Amino acid sequence: MYSNVSIWLRLRRTPYQTVASLFMMFITLFVLGLFLLLVGSTTALVGYFESKPQLTVFFANDKDKASIDQLSEKLKSTGKVLSTKYVSKEEALSIYREQNKDDPLLLEMVTADILPASLDVSATSPKFLNEIYQTVRTEAGVEDVVFQKEVVDTLINWASTVRKVGFLFVSFLILSTFFILLTSISMKIANKKDEIEILKLVGATNWYIKKPFIKEGVIYGLSGATFAWIFIFCLVLYLEPYMDSFLKGIGNLNLLSSGSLKLSVWPLNFPLFLLLYLLLLLSGLGIGFIGSLFASNRYLND
Amino acid sequence: MIIFDKVTKKYGNSIAAEGISFKVDTGEFIFLVGASGAGKTTILKLINREILPTHGAVFVDDWEVDKLPKSKLPFLRRKVGFIFQDFKLLQDRTVAENIAVSLEILGRGNSDIDGRIREVLKIIQLPDKSQYFPKQLSLGEQQRVAIGRAVAGETEIILADEPTGNLDPKTSWDILKIINDINKQGKTVIMASHNVDIVDSMKKRVIEMNKGKIVRDQKKSKYS
Repeated sequence: MYSNVSIWLRLRRTPYQTVASLFMMFITLFVLGLFLLLVGSTTALVGYFESKPQLTVFFANDKDKASIDQLSEKLKSTGKVLSTKYVSKEEALSIYREQNKDDPLLLEMVTADILPASLDVSATSPKFLNEIYQTVRTEAGVEDVVFQKEVVDTLINWASTVRKVGFLFVSFLILSTFFILLTSISMKIANKKDEIEILKLVGATNWYIKKPFIKEGVIYGLSGATFAWIFIFCLVLYLEPYMDSFLKGIGNLNLLSSGSLKLSVWPLNFPLFLLLYLLLLLSGLGIGFIGSLFASNRYLND
Repeated sequence: MIIFDKVTKKYGNSIAAEGISFKVDTGEFIFLVGASGAGKTTILKLINREILPTHGAVFVDDWEVDKLPKSKLPFLRRKVGFIFQDFKLLQDRTVAENIAVSLEILGRGNSDIDGRIREVLKIIQLPDKSQYFPKQLSLGEQQRVAIGRAVAGETEIILADEPTGNLDPKTSWDILKIINDINKQGKTVIMASHNVDIVDSMKKRVIEMNKGKIVRDQKKSKYS
């Protein structure tokens, strides 16, 4: 009881240092939280596009089903194609009708004859897309080949940039927070030089003397993580309608799907925010604990 | 038991203590007397290992103090309570909290601490001032709190460095009576003092020092 009372007194008696440390911890964890969400979302988005048919081959009207099947088998035999799906003219019309059911004018103008038959090809890896593209475009009866390589490549580049820039930025913030915490706690230790000397003279161990400073760091981490999580939660809830329109047509963005362990980033869900809070808490406690331990070790282990 | 075996302490070329040898039995009360700079505080600091001897060895019970690893130092200081002339109280803590420090470092629980604080407040005769801060107390009362902190834990030896140096004669006698009562409970007391009246009236063993050397060691002696 006696020690706990003095922790809160310590924080209240140095309000500017406390606010500076807490604010830096909050900013760092807030940015870290956004970064984690962004990386998780882009990874899930890339995964989503990678798992979809990535290449569609459109055929001339005179290309018969048997030769298309032959092409399909040929592609599968390379080992670079995961699956193929033949879409006949009639099926293409049905898809077109479904997509444009609200526009009768467009429905009237289109018949099965003007829609080409096609083959959706899903590669085992996006890196084979170009090779498959080169193979099919020279085939007789192939009119056009459309593939989402550009989309996936852009996403991969974007995700990679987000990771690199985010990692650098978050590392810089963590380092800044660490040093601010170090300075703040070191100043407090210097201010309490006499008290520390007295404690040592009455037989206090170094750990007993360090404990309040470490508790203080941990309190910064805990509070910073909680505030950061609340702000992120409110921000994401505010942005949800915009994200909904941006991700229209995408039902689920799974980040993790292994057996019974599943985690999706879209639609927004409770386990996602719980995991985010745990990660922020762990990071905050880690920075707070290590920063204060480092400061107290530096000044007390003489 | 405390043993000094040919202990010398030098600060550069200046000699604070030279060839000091003496033995203090458990439960003894000893006065260390001598002029300022005679080496009294050096002796106390060597026992508490605030400083290390240049030559010789200091023993507290089975421990050779100067060879004690740093990790064991807190355990020595829990056994050896120190009362300072300037009290060295924690100014931002109440009387109870100052005394509680000695108990908290031992890992005692709150109810145990509360009970022991009540006992100590009776010993130091401040039963109704537990929630006062040091600056709200007189000098004599502050010294009593310092004594309370020194005896609250598992202290077996009390080192008092001029504990009455800042106090008026009446308060000095009150403080001495408390220290004497503590000694009667079986704790060893070594007290540095220049107060001739106090030393003479107590009729305890007196070790007199001059220029870092023991010049007299007499049982139940008078200083003057």
